[in-house]
Amino acid sequence: MENTAVNIDWDKIDNIIESYNRDRESLLMIMQDISDIYNYLPPETVPVLARKLGVRESLVYSVASFYKTISLEPRGKYIIHVCTGTACHVRGAEKITQSLESDLGINEGQTTEDKMFTLEAVRCIGCCASGPVITVNQDTHGGLDRSSVLEVVNEYKRSASS
Amino acid sequence: MEKLENREDLVRYINSLKSGGKKKNKKLVSVCGGPGCAVYGAEKVEAALVDEIAAQGLQDEVEIKTTGCHGFCEKGPILVIHPEGIFYPQTKAEHVPEIVEKTIKNGELVDKRVFKDPASKKKTPYEKDVPFYKLQKRIITGNNGLINPRSIDDYFACGGYKALEKALFDLDPDTILNEVKTSGLRGRGGGGFPAGIKWATAKRHEGSRYVICNADEGDPGAFMDRMILEGNPHSVIEGMIIGAYAIGSHEGYVYVRYEYPLAVKNLTEALKAAHEIGLLGDNILGSGFNFDIHISRGGGAFVCGESTALMASLEGKPGRPRAKYVHTVEKGFRQNPTVLNNVETWANVPVIINNGADMFSAIGTEKSKGTKIFSLVGKVMNTGLVEVPMGTTLRTIIFDIGGGIPKKKKFKAVQTGGPSGGCIPEQFLDLGVDFDELAKVGSIMGSGGMIVMDEDTCMVDVARYFVDFLKDESCGQCNPCREGIKQMLHILTEICAGNGKEGDIELLEELGAMVQKFSLCGLGTSAPNPVLTTILYFRNEYEAHIRDKKCPAGICKPLFHYEIDADACTGCGVCARKCPQEAITGEKKKPHELDQSKCIKCGICYDACKFNAVVIK
Ligand SMILES: Cc1cc2nc3c(=O)[nH]c(=O)nc-3n(C[C@H](O)[C@H](O)[C@H](O)COP(=O)(O)O)c2cc1C
Ligand code: FES
Repeated sequence: MENTAVNIDWDKIDNIIESYNRDRESLLMIMQDISDIYNYLPPETVPVLARKLGVRESLVYSVASFYKTISLEPRGKYIIHVCTGTACHVRGAEKITQSLESDLGINEGQTTEDKMFTLEAVRCIGCCASGPVITVNQDTHGGLDRSSVLEVVNEYKRSASS
Repeated sequence: MEKLENREDLVRYINSLKSGGKKKNKKLVSVCGGPGCAVYGAEKVEAALVDEIAAQGLQDEVEIKTTGCHGFCEKGPILVIHPEGIFYPQTKAEHVPEIVEKTIKNGELVDKRVFKDPASKKKTPYEKDVPFYKLQKRIITGNNGLINPRSIDDYFACGGYKALEKALFDLDPDTILNEVKTSGLRGRGGGGFPAGIKWATAKRHEGSRYVICNADEGDPGAFMDRMILEGNPHSVIEGMIIGAYAIGSHEGYVYVRYEYPLAVKNLTEALKAAHEIGLLGDNILGSGFNFDIHISRGGGAFVCGESTALMASLEGKPGRPRAKYVHTVEKGFRQNPTVLNNVETWANVPVIINNGADMFSAIGTEKSKGTKIFSLVGKVMNTGLVEVPMGTTLRTIIFDIGGGIPKKKKFKAVQTGGPSGGCIPEQFLDLGVDFDELAKVGSIMGSGGMIVMDEDTCMVDVARYFVDFLKDESCGQCNPCREGIKQMLHILTEICAGNGKEGDIELLEELGAMVQKFSLCGLGTSAPNPVLTTILYFRNEYEAHIRDKKCPAGICKPLFHYEIDADACTGCGVCARKCPQEAITGEKKKPHELDQSKCIKCGICYDACKFNAVVIK
């Protein structure tokens, strides 16, 4: 992962930190906002966060590793979340995961070689009536089965290559 | 937006909304913007409506409103046309021109689009007659279909902030406290602790008191808090202001799950509007009372729904719970007295202040007052959000409102209370659901998730599922929870893999009792519930896995195989065409055969066969 480092726009990072008034209680939200730009929290930002918020680096790391929404490793352009909440589980979420794993050639928790897709499991996204459900970045798709989920993903493949 | 300086301003403003603006006979088309309908393309329906209304030049006669969730998610996208209350389910963009032409212009029904109740086969064109809604009592959720969540005026128009006016100017803080106490309101987030007592205890402790709204909604399968926050955020804000006034707090927080971006957006907007108009901030409506609310976003950790973990998370730390030798009402957020209540609990407060404690406590059972919102999901016909008086039976909720089990399958159990809850079998279907009755059968109310399971659900797999969930969510601080859950998971996984041994069930019971007794926080003490209730009510399924090496529901792959029942098979060939392994062969109109060596037990043939000829053995 060393050579996948992104170019960090430090002005943007500064703006995010300032928008929370350098409030150390807002650390998690600041990290989430940074993640929203890069799809992960670039580790280079950790010492900067620690310094600007006046906290120890160890706290920044422990918050980053405690919360699932923060990843210190680069993730794909499209993050696919398969809901494995109870409602989706009893309606066959496992089949959705299996179908995606074999189509993308990765396991849950991994990112494709071309950095296009990351496949993650989440526990309920509050769309339980329409299960099984996945989200791809901000979009939600429901009422899926083994084959319709691949059609959804193919749409993203197509829009990425066009 | 003008700033309201005093009570008179507020009254005048609300009156001006009533008299002005609305043209007589103006139609309102309410399009559900909830998550369920969004998945089925509500946005396209709305866009088509806007275009069609414009094309027909009806902009002045018709108002289109995107609202929060209407609750009947199964039938989305939902469209309701007011004032008549005409209900069109499962609308698509291409249906819109006909609906506009017939219903909106000429006042006729579009027969094809009218809702037909699957049970009675009767056409029910009006929302109020649809059985799904008719049997509910929608005190908290009823206004969702009339309110644009981004419009504070819409909330005013539905009687919003009337309770706040009353609280600030007609009642003193202690009277409010008493009102909430006598209403019998109990927390909707899980524990069912009496809200009034919590408030009064926090008030007895000195310090800068905080009020917090728990919108972490971690219980998988429950989404009522999302519905309230997205659809009617001002009701939560109003409840929090009243609570803060009652206990003398000047700062509040809403802790929202990261997974709910629309809730964050609508709440942010609502807070801004309340601020601008003078319902938040300094000297609210000239009453001398100051109060403000901030939003904090969670990070996808289930344990952060627990009170002490939530407060640690709010302070910018990892969300690890602490032992509650000192309660959060005394030393909570920033070591100050803190009142934490759930979203739905807060939304009940304005109702109590408006209608009075007596009206509120007239609804429900002896010890559980008011209504409760349940999310009815899983193997049930009418999935969605259902609000009923406490004490309504499971049968009414699942069969009368929920329409029963799809595909003529048999009901097996209903799971309530999320990972801390239990699975309730058929013999308790006539149980009136309230905090205490659910506890009596080994489950809990939790936040109101109700996951219906049919004969195709394996109860051992369900137990394994929940323990697996909790293994990932245990914060790892205490041994009983961290190690106990891991061991239970190990045993359950082995049972599901066909390696169960005699004595495993007893070992699970023993481990469960230990974890229940010695864990640090509520996550651990309730973690064994799904295991213990499934053993209690479905011991025979455990035994089938262990002794007979069979999974009767056909879920645990090593423990079953599919066969084709030659008597039932019509030779239609659907299964053979769908099988990804080409494991099924046979001549047309003759019974087919399944080659076990090729079968991967994916279940496609089982789901596809209309004649129940694929059977689990
Ligand atoms: C592991 C765990 C998770 C919890 N998750 C939630 C939650 O997501 N939402 C919630 O309102 N309460 C949750 N609770 C309950 C809270 O600790 C607390 O009792 C509740 O927010 C108090 O509000 P109420 O009295 O209005 O219900 C959870 C408790 C535990 C032990
Ligand atoms: S269980 Fe999948 S969205 Fe809730």
